[in-house]
Amino acid sequence: MRVTRFWSWFWIALGVLYFFLPLYATFQFSLKAQRDTLSFLAYQNVLNDPKFAETFLFSLQMAVWTILVGVVLVVPTVYWVHLRLPAVRPYMELVTLMPFVIPAVVLVFGLIRTYAPLFTWTWMGRAVLVAGYVVLSLPYMYRSVDAGLRAMDVRSLTEAAQSLGASWPTILWRIILPNLRTALLSGAFLTLAIVIGEFTLASLLAQPAFGPYLALMGQNRAYEPAALAIMSFALTWAAMGLIQWLGRGRPGGSQLSGTH
Amino acid sequence: MAFLELNNIRKEFGRFVAVEAFNLQVERGEFVSFLGPSGCGKTTTLRMIAGFELPTTGQITIDGQEMTYTRPNARNIGMVFQSYALFPNMTVAGNIGFGLKVAGKAAAEIKERVAEMLQLIGLADLGERYPYQLSGGQQQRVALARALAIRPQLLLLDEPLSALDAKIRMNLRNEIRSIQRQLGITTIYVTHDQEEALSLSDRIVVMSAGRMEQVGSPFEIYNFPQTRFVASFVGTLNIVPATVVNGARGEVQIDGQQITLAAGIDGVPNGAQVTVALRPEALSLSESGANRLVGHVENIAFLGSIVRIYIRLDETLLSLDEFNNPHLTLPAIGAATTIYFPLEAGLILP
Amino acid sequence: MLLYIVLLWCFVTTKDLMAQLTAVGPSQQPMAAARFWRWLGVIPFFLFAIAFIFWPSANLFLGAFRTSDGAFTVEHLVELGQPFILEAYWLSIRISFVTALGGGIFGFLLAYAAILGGLPRFVRTALMTFSGVASNFAGVPLAFAFIATLGRVGLITVLLRDLFGFQLYQYGFNLYGFWGLSITYMYFQFPLMVLIIAPALDGLRREWREAAENLGANSWQYWRYVALPILLPTLLGAMILLFGNAFGAYATAYGLTGGSLNLVPLLIGQQVRGDVLHNPGLGYALALGMVVVMTITLIGYTWLQRRSSRWLRQAN
Repeated sequence: MRVTRFWSWFWIALGVLYFFLPLYATFQFSLKAQRDTLSFLAYQNVLNDPKFAETFLFSLQMAVWTILVGVVLVVPTVYWVHLRLPAVRPYMELVTLMPFVIPAVVLVFGLIRTYAPLFTWTWMGRAVLVAGYVVLSLPYMYRSVDAGLRAMDVRSLTEAAQSLGASWPTILWRIILPNLRTALLSGAFLTLAIVIGEFTLASLLAQPAFGPYLALMGQNRAYEPAALAIMSFALTWAAMGLIQWLGRGRPGGSQLSGTH
Repeated sequence: MAFLELNNIRKEFGRFVAVEAFNLQVERGEFVSFLGPSGCGKTTTLRMIAGFELPTTGQITIDGQEMTYTRPNARNIGMVFQSYALFPNMTVAGNIGFGLKVAGKAAAEIKERVAEMLQLIGLADLGERYPYQLSGGQQQRVALARALAIRPQLLLLDEPLSALDAKIRMNLRNEIRSIQRQLGITTIYVTHDQEEALSLSDRIVVMSAGRMEQVGSPFEIYNFPQTRFVASFVGTLNIVPATVVNGARGEVQIDGQQITLAAGIDGVPNGAQVTVALRPEALSLSESGANRLVGHVENIAFLGSIVRIYIRLDETLLSLDEFNNPHLTLPAIGAATTIYFPLEAGLILP
Repeated sequence: MLLYIVLLWCFVTTKDLMAQLTAVGPSQQPMAAARFWRWLGVIPFFLFAIAFIFWPSANLFLGAFRTSDGAFTVEHLVELGQPFILEAYWLSIRISFVTALGGGIFGFLLAYAAILGGLPRFVRTALMTFSGVASNFAGVPLAFAFIATLGRVGLITVLLRDLFGFQLYQYGFNLYGFWGLSITYMYFQFPLMVLIIAPALDGLRREWREAAENLGANSWQYWRYVALPILLPTLLGAMILLFGNAFGAYATAYGLTGGSLNLVPLLIGQQVRGDVLHNPGLGYALALGMVVVMTITLIGYTWLQRRSSRWLRQAN
């Protein structure tokens, strides 16, 4: 038992090292913008760069749209499938697994080939970006909503509400959504974490988003990218922390992602 | 020296005492049940015999060999778990043969023993099935065969039937007992179901809150409970507060009505409060026995082979069982009625 | 005579058919309407899926078989045989394999240590949170972090040089090469493994271990015959998922190498940008090849998943 425990600690220690060393290195590097002294100069530079706020807000906007479209698309459909069309479920699952089969870079290639003629309108490019993000976030949205609905016995709840005289909008809005709150928030934060720094789609669709801005900084500056990496890490951490906090005591919180 | 001896076993989990002062001698071939509510320490005791838990103090000897701290895989004890615990990746035959395989037995010998075991549990044709293809009852039979295949010196069963349906439970219960008799294997059986314990065991250990309440044959446990706990846990006794009128003559009052008990009460002054236990099946509505109590019928519950009638005296509610038969005439609810019972039907509980 | 029989048969069958149609028709109509309405509920979702997943993908794949003026061709697929493209696939596959295996094993050991290794409970909670974060911390920022760690003036590179006089880069290490990329990918691979494998480790029931011990098995035998076979489908399935995860990774590779390394996703990216030798047909073929590899991995994953869930169906 003592031997087992030694090895357990050993692997955990190795994991901690792997996890924190790059972060520490990045943080230390980000403080070196001023010669011979540690300072937050790199962070100041970043925050003072108007491009930073611009691109960040743009990505935030895209994230909000993605979440809204995702929720509107996924919740009623999954609810309906649970309630009336259980036979469709495998197909739903197949669709939501597509982002694992079609990598982001291939997806965006296809989107460009199909919709490029419409990109003369700016908003169209953005709409396609949001659509692409919705596709990327489908697995997480679907899984958290599906798990949430499974946990609450949709059929009985719906039938109970119907027998009490509730209409469909009332049922969705007053009964299903409130019960899905945790699942939806988890899905939303995960989507946020994915979309904010997303590079592949934004860059290849030539959108002024945060991810391409990061890459650009990486090519032109030395210390600012490190500061940006620390900041995006903090952001990911905050989103994940919120998910953990929301899902505490609940099994099946999905944190699996795949947009690298 | 008895075959299995548990001497002064005590088990603590942190500051919680799970088992204390546990002493038991089990003879070779005996079937002993540990009976009690969940959390009473019966499973912990069983797990100490199996070696999954180590006693804080005390000693376990099996067949004269001290085994208190022996590793579980060196004890040669068969165990059947409540949740079957069949290995899901192996066939039925693979499961049953597992113990022999890890002991390094020859393939031919394993095959023969597995076939023999399958025969014993009546699943001769299902050797190549996987556990997920079996019903709960079949899975538990396989678990039993797996435990027996290694020819253990002791068989431990941890609530083996509690995950099963009532009907299968009954069949498997009888089967376990018949297999145990056939093999003559010493068996410890943990259960919270008094009916199982009473019907299966040579002896029963009733446990509560980590302590042994009473050890005895099913007959003794049922008819002569020594503590209030045993009386209330085993059977459906009426437990009634009474006032002593004349201790030496066994005269007490229940709700102001006087009855006489066969056994006198020693060392209790007249006027003191005692607790009297009355078995529902010892009470009757027809005239029999020397004691009588008058009350009103409050409710009647039809339980199949018996009819349970609830009768209210003043404060006290008594239940009374009549055997069901087509000619039974039941009193109306609310009707005044008289209960009769013999002197021996009442027990004084400490 | 024969003609007569044939005619009769035709008459009987048509009459039968007519009877069926007339009998079934009216009563079926409200049913059909209800069915239509029922399907309406899922139509928006599937329309979206067609518009933004299936149609664009099909478009790409058709493009792989078309010349610029629309005629059918397999030329683009043949072009995949060029040495530098084969090398790109080979490098992508190697990196994905190494990081799937390495990340898989390391992630498994970590999860095992935290869940079954007898460590305090908080270790497990912490590990799961960290894994959630790290598996999502990828792309460009991750590349920055590793440049600051293992780049030419990265923390570890400098430490090794100053403390031990060890010149990492003189011994063939290059953050922008195979091993550098692999180490970086591992950062999101092993946490993903932890997240996937943790539920499976939780599913290893205490009773199985006890039953095995009780039947005389030692620890090794328990692992060899019980635990490992039970975990194996999940383990392999998870590694397949990791493989696909690394195979499709674009942002991290781009952030690290600026798009210069010969990896399949980067090649596709180049085709999209029109940077180099613009040949859309080849790009479509590259994408097709990538999706084929990903599809194979997913099918493997599903097959293994089904197998383990079948075993565990009644056990839980």
